[in-house]
Amino acid sequence: MTAIVDYGVGNLFSLKCSLSYIGEKACVTGSPEEILAADRIILPGVGAFGDAAAKLRETGLDDVILRAVSSGKPLLGICLGMQLLFDESLEFGVHKGLGLIPGRVVPLEEIPGWDTRLKIPHIGWNSLEKRQDSPLLKYTADGEYVYFVHSFYAEARDEDIAAVATYGGKVTAVVQHGNVFGCQFHPEKSGNAGLAILRAFCGIGGDGQC
Amino acid sequence: MITKRIIPCLDVRDGRVVKGVNFKGLGDVASPVELAEYYSGAGADELVFYDITASAEGRKLFTDVLCETASKVFIPLTVGGGINTLRDFDRVLKCGADKVSVNSGAIRDPSLIDAASERYGSQCVVLSVDVARVGGEFHVFAKGGREDTGMEAIGWIRRCVEHGAGEIVVNSIDTDGVKRGFDLDLLAKVCFNVKIPVIASGGAGSVAHFIDLFRTLPGVDAGLAASVFHFGEIRIGDLKAAMAAEGIPVRL
Repeated sequence: MTAIVDYGVGNLFSLKCSLSYIGEKACVTGSPEEILAADRIILPGVGAFGDAAAKLRETGLDDVILRAVSSGKPLLGICLGMQLLFDESLEFGVHKGLGLIPGRVVPLEEIPGWDTRLKIPHIGWNSLEKRQDSPLLKYTADGEYVYFVHSFYAEARDEDIAAVATYGGKVTAVVQHGNVFGCQFHPEKSGNAGLAILRAFCGIGGDGQC
Repeated sequence: MITKRIIPCLDVRDGRVVKGVNFKGLGDVASPVELAEYYSGAGADELVFYDITASAEGRKLFTDVLCETASKVFIPLTVGGGINTLRDFDRVLKCGADKVSVNSGAIRDPSLIDAASERYGSQCVVLSVDVARVGGEFHVFAKGGREDTGMEAIGWIRRCVEHGAGEIVVNSIDTDGVKRGFDLDLLAKVCFNVKIPVIASGGAGSVAHFIDLFRTLPGVDAGLAASVFHFGEIRIGDLKAAMAAEGIPVRL
């Protein structure tokens, strides 16, 4: 069972459907008990970092997620959910994240090599360039296309970056730090390439059924 | 590398695809769900569903179709048609839409764009604009292209971007249905004036028209069409292979 954390941010319908489609049981929940009882956890999110981080704190789900991770459960952050895994974000002020992966979230314009002609947000299908092996990319070939929508990106340490995409410079696309994983893109909107990443995540830890 | 997107558009009335569909080897081609699955498998990068239903029962059928599509097709879905309030946004987003396009609803009440982008984020709000030449100017048309609003198009588009629109679908009434290529003059003007993704619509009749579009206007991010895809006049696989051969980045 995979718990999709519902903290009032974003639309979780497609994510739940994509997990059902690959045969994974999933529940959309804001209940600490259900999250702690799940085999693995997905932290979704769209919108602004500050609002989302505040909602996680207000609901107390930040502590629940930290507890689950320290007990060894695999966690996957998607899009803004991935950005929330880092120490802090500079989106409309400085906001504290979950601090599960060292690094900070900054505007795309700050990427080394940024081309001012590029549009923001980075919207559309871009190819993944694998940087190291990760169980999350078990079924993913180098160069697979996935769907991105974002204006900020995570400045992470090289050892935590599993894949990047080129947009101006190198955008952090997949991160891994122990049992904590993140995708800047939307695997639930990335066709078969995205479903393969979700399938790989569901094979990490727990019952390993899918 | 970021790729240029190819987007088929499905007009849906009472839960069925209209504008005629003519595929060999497809069963119920009027089913939006089956057609969406077909296009996703064929390499479409995104889908647009336009709800052209007038009745409340039709609306219900539309959202049912949307839910079913979103549970089987995992590429971005944009929904338009009859979007006038935040409740309309909510209704389609809950059924699996990723983006919502506003047209006449924004003309009636431009604050809809502010409110929607504030609540759902700019990435969710697509401005769809029907444009035609009137006395040497580009004018915005409302009500499915039937009514000249008198508004100058570039000014309207810029205003909507300032209010929070995250993408624009530019549909040229002058080239729509003529199949002689996209309206490059209009699109060049739009690209020069905004820095958000621009989706070209109206006029595609052949693979060469898409290649011409992306080669002439690097600022255009996506090409949208309906009947040329529905009637199999252009196959998405062939189109993308031809684009790749011309050095235009596409997802294959």
